Amino acid sequence: MSDTKTSPQPADAADPDAADVERLSTAPAEDADVPVGIGFVGWLRWFWRQLTSMRVALLLLFLLSLAAIPGSLVPQEGPNQETKLAAWKAAHKGVVPLFEKLQLFDVYRSPWFSAIYILLFISLAGCIVPRTWQFVGVLRAQPPAAPRNLTRMPVYAAWRSDVEPDAVNAAAHALLKKRGFRVAAGKGSVAAEKGYLREVGNLLFHFSLFALLIGVAWAGLASGTANKLVLEGQGYSNTTTQIDDFYGSQFYGINDLDSFGFKLDGFTAKYQESGPQTGTARQFTANVRYWVGDDATKLKKSTIEVNHPLEIDGSKVFLIGHGYAPVVTVKNAKGEIVYRGPTAFLPTDANMTSRGVIKVNDYGTDANGDKVQLAFQGYFLPTAAENFDRTGPISLFPAPADPQLVINAYAGDLRTDSGVPQNVYQLDDKAMTQLKDGDKIAKARLKVGQTWELPDGYGTLSYDGYQQWASFSVSHRPGNSIALVGGIAAILGLIGSLFVQRRRIWVRAVAGPDGRTLVEVAGLSRSESARTAEELAELAVELQDDAPAVDEPSETDTEDAPAAADSPAAAAPTAPETKE
Amino acid sequence: MLLAQVNTQLADISNNLIYSAMTVYTLAMFAQMFEWTFGAKGGVAVRSRQQATLAEAVSDSADAAKGVRKVSVTVASQSGGTTTLTRTALADAGATTVTSGRGDDDGAPADGPGPAGTSEKADMAGRIAVSLTVLGLLLHAGSVITRGLSVMRWPWGNMYEFSVAFALMMVGSYVVLLATKKNVRWLGLPVVIAVLLILGVAVSMLYTDSEQLVPALHSYWLGIHVSTATICGGAFFAAFVATGTYLIKDRYEHRIAAGLTVRASNLMDRLPASSTLDKLSYRINALVFPLWTFTIIAGAIWAEAAWGKYWEWDPKETWSFITWVAYAAYLHARATAGWRGRKAAYLALLAFACWLFNFYGVNIFITGKHSYAGV
Ligand code: HEM
Repeated sequence: MSDTKTSPQPADAADPDAADVERLSTAPAEDADVPVGIGFVGWLRWFWRQLTSMRVALLLLFLLSLAAIPGSLVPQEGPNQETKLAAWKAAHKGVVPLFEKLQLFDVYRSPWFSAIYILLFISLAGCIVPRTWQFVGVLRAQPPAAPRNLTRMPVYAAWRSDVEPDAVNAAAHALLKKRGFRVAAGKGSVAAEKGYLREVGNLLFHFSLFALLIGVAWAGLASGTANKLVLEGQGYSNTTTQIDDFYGSQFYGINDLDSFGFKLDGFTAKYQESGPQTGTARQFTANVRYWVGDDATKLKKSTIEVNHPLEIDGSKVFLIGHGYAPVVTVKNAKGEIVYRGPTAFLPTDANMTSRGVIKVNDYGTDANGDKVQLAFQGYFLPTAAENFDRTGPISLFPAPADPQLVINAYAGDLRTDSGVPQNVYQLDDKAMTQLKDGDKIAKARLKVGQTWELPDGYGTLSYDGYQQWASFSVSHRPGNSIALVGGIAAILGLIGSLFVQRRRIWVRAVAGPDGRTLVEVAGLSRSESARTAEELAELAVELQDDAPAVDEPSETDTEDAPAAADSPAAAAPTAPETKE
Repeated sequence: MLLAQVNTQLADISNNLIYSAMTVYTLAMFAQMFEWTFGAKGGVAVRSRQQATLAEAVSDSADAAKGVRKVSVTVASQSGGTTTLTRTALADAGATTVTSGRGDDDGAPADGPGPAGTSEKADMAGRIAVSLTVLGLLLHAGSVITRGLSVMRWPWGNMYEFSVAFALMMVGSYVVLLATKKNVRWLGLPVVIAVLLILGVAVSMLYTDSEQLVPALHSYWLGIHVSTATICGGAFFAAFVATGTYLIKDRYEHRIAAGLTVRASNLMDRLPASSTLDKLSYRINALVFPLWTFTIIAGAIWAEAAWGKYWEWDPKETWSFITWVAYAAYLHARATAGWRGRKAAYLALLAFACWLFNFYGVNIFITGKHSYAGV
């Protein structure tokens, strides 16, 4: 404490230790000064100070939430999003080029979005690293000694006692210690501080944001997802040749796939059968047997459901879809089987109206001896409607109560040898002609077991039945546990940071000119919490066990009117000169 | 997994209970309106009831004189005024607190006495309103529970159920605040009105029969993630009302301080002081923020189990994140940037708007992976 300046000045300037005493957080002080040392380094330093200032942190937080909005309104690129994205682009042709330029279809990986959070994290690092050092310093040092003028503190109480000052101070020391304060004895006073967990929590919270970021980044760099559609009864092994699509990343390519496989023994779907929600799915279960490594003979039984993926060897297998695959047999004019088997159709609505193409690559030659290929395009309807007059072919219920196949036929060149990868669910009809029945397009509506005599002598198609299929995504994602630990630490840190009060309490007992002891207690906390006042009051009451207050006429006055006249100066008549 | 049958009897009871709750809430609303109206006639007391009891207790203890320890703590307030907190304890009874209260002096606006003012009649109406609100809460809770029991699952699987649960948490937050002896009777009217609106929309526009869940919601995370989300919603709403009221009251106090004419002073004077409102909204928001953080993390864990990726920027996730960042900005502003008062309050309003959009807007206008049967 210094006695050099006593002129009436703003309190903080007058009391050089005031700033120190009142610093209850390692949060940086605000200053918006213009660069001091002009020149490159000066500007750099200024820029760094701005970036790590709370104002800019606030601005960046605000920008981050703003920047996240467009990605929620415009469909984003990503696995299994292609159809949605394509549909949106088709419907909003005018804005697509602009949106593409602004990367609005991939907001969360765009440079501008990344720039915001990278700046935020740089700011965060620039903020919390120095704060951590500072806090270590605080932990090493003693609580700051009592400021000269305790009446200036936000909460304050005083009384007179006949007990010796030293005894009061000693009692206060013991009392504060008992209440879990860190206590330091000063000259004729006691300084105490509590609630360091607030700062610990706050630092932990901000550090854990880095853990989250690292977890997320690692997952982004080292994960991969493969999709696969599997028919009932078929198997799948997790290798390049078997997957339908693969989305990899820098450190997880198509050759890094975990080695395992499984067989889909059966798929069960249940639906609501009555009421207004008829047809709503209630249960999907895939029964599988799986193996790990190369040995496909050691099988283990398991089930895969939505919300219950199967974890095998660093990968998780998720059930993401299901559907039907009609089984047909195609015979040529000579009655030879040219195609037989199930073909997966893709559901187009909630009632599993499914669409697909059956491609007969090896049909052989037509009546003229020319090489030809056949294709059948149409719908599989698990519960076909009575008639399609208004609606076109639709299914009324997702379960197969009346499974029908509605198709038409094409002949020509499927162009499967052209080298361009083909979508198995779509027909490239550039070199195909649709078969006709006279003037009308030839089509058939078949029930299980029925056969369609194809026009122009192409032979027959029999609809033998159907199978179910399920689609899975096989996902390898490391870094989850880092992110999870980060998340849990963030919550714990927040709890400390928001619920713990860091506060200081000072007690000073000095002998007054009248020979009695003046006991002053004062407290300071970061946020103006009512609890600080209550804690101080409790402490003072307890301290009065050891330093009972002597009744004074002035005290009765305050008792009658506690709301008035209890100004600090009145309560502490002999306190060192007050500056207010 | 075996699918339980829908117990239609219980589902019907649930529907009847929600209508009963709405009726009782409506009565509570009328009682509150009575309270506010009669309270105006009773004149506005300068001191709150709490302060009055304090004065009594203090003079009592002055009589008892011997063996009483008493401390008056001076508390400097933000606005420069001071208040005192007095604590009295009987010497022999250890640290037993006999009274603890606050008084105020000079300048700083004091908390109003609440909607009833000093009118006995209004106070009676207010007490009836509180009782009715609690009764409504019980019926409301009964409706949520029977709905859950009718299908043996967590009763928040679609938007109707989620709305009803959210409204329940709103009333719940209010009743919890009342139970912790906070001076929040004034909060009753806005809460009940909002709850009636939400329930009205829920039963008329969002209603869906009690049914089993779609497979995507078959997870115990539904119980964890969605229940904490609704609790957060209810509490954020209470903080929102406090913030809005703060802004109004703060303008009012400033106009008074500046000597400008004010309107509705009869009503305004019965509300708590702006600084009290400000603190109330901050406390609630700060209390809920860690829970909201937990909700998001729980959601991410669920997403990992359901979709294979804990974060996919699905619209619901995105808006939860936006809401989270907005509340973080608010807390930051208060904690460090010295943005107290009005500026921070606007941030809090913005954050709540994000929350609301996340609940209603995202479900209605944006299609994402979050599935709610019925809407
Ligand atoms: C990544 C985004 C960030 C988030 C989500 C975040 C969140 C929070 C939250 C919720 C609090 C409130 C805790 C409390 O009231 O005690 C807080 C406090 C704080 N934050 Fe951040 N913050 C972020 C970035 C930053 C940055 C960039 C800085 C520094 C430039 C910073 C410095 C601080 C400080 C100094 C406190 C207050 C410490 C105290 O109360 O003593 N934060 N932060």
